[in-house]
Amino acid sequence: MVAATFVGETSILAGQAAWLAVRGKFSLRETIRQMAAMGVDSIPIIMLTCAATGSVLAFYVADVLVRFGGSGFVGGMIALSFLLELGPVLAGVMVAARSGAAVAAEIGSMVVTEQIDALRMMSVPPVRYLVTPRVLACILMMPICGLFADMAGIFGGLVMASTHGVTQSAFMESIRTMATHADLMKGLAKTLWFGLTIAVVACHQGLNTQRGATGVGAATTRSVVLCVVFIFVSDFFLAQALSGASASMR
Amino acid sequence: MSELHVTGVSYAVSDRLILKGVDLEVRQGEILAVMGMSGSGKTTLLKCIAGLIKPSRGSITVDGEDIVPMSEAQLDRVRLRIGLVFQYAALFDSLTVQENVGFGPLQHRTKTPEAVAELVGSLLADVGMPGTERMLPAELSGGMRKRVGLARALANEPGLLLYDEPTSGLDPVIARTIDDLIVETRDRRGVTSVVVSHDIPSIFRIADRVAMIDNGAIIETGTPAELRRSSDSRVRAFVDA
Ligand SMILES: Nc1ncnc2c1ncn2[C@@H]1O[C@H](COP(=O)(O)OP(=O)(O)OP(=O)(O)O)[C@@H](O)[C@H]1O
Ligand SMILES: [Mg+2]
Repeated sequence: MVAATFVGETSILAGQAAWLAVRGKFSLRETIRQMAAMGVDSIPIIMLTCAATGSVLAFYVADVLVRFGGSGFVGGMIALSFLLELGPVLAGVMVAARSGAAVAAEIGSMVVTEQIDALRMMSVPPVRYLVTPRVLACILMMPICGLFADMAGIFGGLVMASTHGVTQSAFMESIRTMATHADLMKGLAKTLWFGLTIAVVACHQGLNTQRGATGVGAATTRSVVLCVVFIFVSDFFLAQALSGASASMR
Repeated sequence: MSELHVTGVSYAVSDRLILKGVDLEVRQGEILAVMGMSGSGKTTLLKCIAGLIKPSRGSITVDGEDIVPMSEAQLDRVRLRIGLVFQYAALFDSLTVQENVGFGPLQHRTKTPEAVAELVGSLLADVGMPGTERMLPAELSGGMRKRVGLARALANEPGLLLYDEPTSGLDPVIARTIDDLIVETRDRRGVTSVVVSHDIPSIFRIADRVAMIDNGAIIETGTPAELRRSSDSRVRAFVDA
């Protein structure tokens, strides 16, 4: 029952935001500001976490593969891991934790200080003023965040692998033979969905904040937990759907 | 400019009745003061009139249109004619004073940016805060925020103005200025005003009529002089305090 209400409400919110977006009823300036705040400012921390993860992955993988004569697979394995799975998911989790939380807290505090009511008194619908720019910004920035995540992860892997007996040129050659453009695109397609999910869930939690300062904290926490769970669960289904789609294209 | 009729309005939050069949009538250009104890439902009543919350029963007509059954989109159209001065200001804290006060005209593009800047300057002077355009709400005192909230409501040039305790927390000199501004706004543009207030001297200075709300119901309405002569003990307690 609670889940059904949640899915219903977030879908309606996403629909309203989309409808305003296609009619051009939103502030471009605010959207760009949000793209900077939600996306650009997240890129350093995304790159840091992905570079670390990429090098840890290479640390474990390179040893084993080199020992069993598979040093030609190290680069490709790490690249595929990042392009298809780790890049999009890690970028999504970082944006949910950083920007999703900030959005839920900001909108939540606007609820408890009656700023949302003040917007309504100015005949400015809160969905138009607050939700649409954030949803657009998050959808547009997530693939860019995903791209940086992929690059940082692969770079981290390359550096670590080179200290474990895999030369840089072997690493790159392996990527060229094993990974394709389609793999990159599949991963970036996931990030579009993650971007939509993060922004809509964060805005929904913020707008439904209960009165009082504890309400803002609760909304922020719920937003992060829901976003992260959604990213992992929907990733499972997206993986199936995207591989089905590319299989039928062949 | 506007006319307001509140008929049989009740409002309940989880089985608790906060408003119990409120009736009010405010004529064009009239200043009605609503007084009552803390927690008696004054803010709730103003929010119902502004369409921010939906009464569970009753009708509220602004210029002959019942706003109770309206959708949010229809309300947005009516709210262009209604201004609400929030009890705790409710300023947009990411925007400057200038952007707060000019918010309505800028969003709806009813004026050029230059005309808005000029309007903001004169409104800030009216509320006794000239030259504060560049400040952020966080840099203002409670009383200053309240006056910026008042200027923001006036900038939309509404026909119906709802003031939620406009002078509470202000020093007597500034409170007097705000009282004068409320009367002057009415005299200049003929706006209809509902002023919620605890401030008895201020009420008697500005109000054409006074309504006393107690525990979610209007227990008496009349001119200030009539309320002063009231025999109801609850009204007496308030007026004589
Ligand atoms: N969201 C809410 N949920 C539950 N009860 C509420 C809510 N808002 C107001 N109330 C209750 O409604 C009653 C009236 O509140 P309201 O804010 O209208 O009072 P008020 O007359 O404006 O008081 P004050 O002079 O202190 O501002 C109070 O008893 C309050 O406890
Ligand atoms: Mg109140």
